[in-house]
Amino acid sequence: MADQSPLKPFYSVLILAFVCSALVAGAVVGLQPLQEANRQLDRKKNILAAAGLYREDQPIDRLFAGVETRIVDLATGRYVPDDQLDPEAYNQLKAALSTDLGRSLDAAEDPARLRRLEKYSLVYLVKQGETVEQYILPVRGKGLWSTMFAYVAVDADLNRIRGVAFYDHGETPGLGGEIENSRWQQLWQGKRIYADSGEIAIRVVKGKAATDGAQAAYEIDGLSGASLTTQGVDRLLHFWFGDDGFKPFFRQLRQEETSNG
Amino acid sequence: MAESNRELLTRSILRRNPIALLVLGICSALAVTGQMATAVVMAICVTLVTAFSSLIISIVRFQIPSTVRIGIQITVIATLVILVDQILKAFYFDLAKQLSIYVGLIITNCIVMGRAEGFAMSNPPLASFVDGIGNGLGYGFILVVVSFIRELFGSGSVFGVEILPLTTSGGWYVRNGLLILPASAFFLIALIIWVLRTIDPSQQEKD
Repeated sequence: MADQSPLKPFYSVLILAFVCSALVAGAVVGLQPLQEANRQLDRKKNILAAAGLYREDQPIDRLFAGVETRIVDLATGRYVPDDQLDPEAYNQLKAALSTDLGRSLDAAEDPARLRRLEKYSLVYLVKQGETVEQYILPVRGKGLWSTMFAYVAVDADLNRIRGVAFYDHGETPGLGGEIENSRWQQLWQGKRIYADSGEIAIRVVKGKAATDGAQAAYEIDGLSGASLTTQGVDRLLHFWFGDDGFKPFFRQLRQEETSNG
Repeated sequence: MAESNRELLTRSILRRNPIALLVLGICSALAVTGQMATAVVMAICVTLVTAFSSLIISIVRFQIPSTVRIGIQITVIATLVILVDQILKAFYFDLAKQLSIYVGLIITNCIVMGRAEGFAMSNPPLASFVDGIGNGLGYGFILVVVSFIRELFGSGSVFGVEILPLTTSGGWYVRNGLLILPASAFFLIALIIWVLRTIDPSQQEKD
C-alpha cells in the first residue's frame, strides 16, 4: 500500500469525488418527480382527512378530484384570480417569509406567535356539483416546542367545524403529541366557532369541556398533561378565525351569498 | 482467514454486538426506537450502508492512500446514505417522514465507519461485506428489542397494531410516559448490556 507518488492522494480523491457526485446527482435528479408526487399526495391526504373524506382503500387523487384549490387575499377576503397567483405553485410558508407576499406581525396581533404572516392563503373547497359543502383552511401556530400545522374543515354555514387534522408538529410524544390522536380530533366535529354576536367563541379548555349548557357547543377538551400545547391550539384558533385570519374571507362569502340570494 | 463467513455473520449479533459490546451507534438507537416499524427500517438502512460501504472500501483498499483514507471512507459512506435517503423519500414516503433526519445521520453512525476502518481496510471484499451485514444485524437486533419494549409499553401496540388499548383511546392501559421519550432507550440498552455480559462474562471489561 506504498504511496508511490505524492500526487496519488489527489488523483484518488478526485476520481472518488467525481464518481460519488455523479451518483448522488443522478439519484436526486432521477427521483425528484417521484418525491414531489409523494409530497403532494401527503398534503392531499391531510386535507382529505380534515374534511373526513379520506378512505384508505381509494386512490387519493380520485378522492381529491372534488376539491378545488383557491387562493384568498386574507386582508380583503376575496379570491385571487388563478392567473395572478397559481394555486398549484403557490408556497404559503415561503410567501410569509418574502417581503412582497408577507408581512411581519406585532406581538400584540400575534397570539399564535407566527412572527410573519402571508398576504394570501390557500383554501380548499369541497364541492358537490356547484355548491360548496366545506371550506378547508390551513392553520398553524406555536405550541410548547414547535409550530403545529393543521387543516380545519368548516361547514358551508361558516361556523360549524367539520373536522381537523394536525399533520406536522414537534410536541412531546404522548402528551402534547396527542393532538395527532384521532379520538381527540373527533371531539372537534360539530363545534361552533363564532357566537351569535359574531365574536369568536370556540375554546380549547383546560381539562374537560362543558357537556351541556350554552358553552358546550364551543368548548373542546384540553389535552391532559399538555397545558401549553392546549393553549397554543386555542391561540391559533383565535388567530386564524380572527380579523388577521379568515374572518374577512367569511364576511366576503356571506356578502356574496346575500347579494346572490 | 481465521474466521469463516458464517462466523463473521453471527458473531456480531450476541457475542460482539456493536451496540452492547462496543457501545457504538447509541444516538440513533435512542432516536428511532419509539416504534418498531421505524426501528426495523433504520436497521435495514444501516445494514445496507455498512455492508456496501465495507464492500466498496475493501475492493479499492489497495488504491486508497493512507493519508486520506478517512476522507475517502466518509465520502463513500455519505454517498450511500444519500442514495438510501433519496430512495426512501421516493418509494416509502411515510417512513422517510418518520425517520426524518436520522437517515442522514447514518453517516455519523460510528458502526459504519468503524467497520470500514477497522475491518474492510485490511480484509477481502466478501468477508468485509459479510461483516457489514453481521454488524447491521447486531445493531438491528438491539433496535428491535428496545423498540418492542418501548412501543408495547409506551404506545400499547406492536408494529402499530394495538395490543394494549390505551386510556387516551378509550381502553384500560395507562401508558408509560417515560418509554415514549428517547431517554428511556438508555435504560433499556443498559439493561441489555448487563444481561449479555452476565450470560457471557468474557464481554466484561477488565479494570
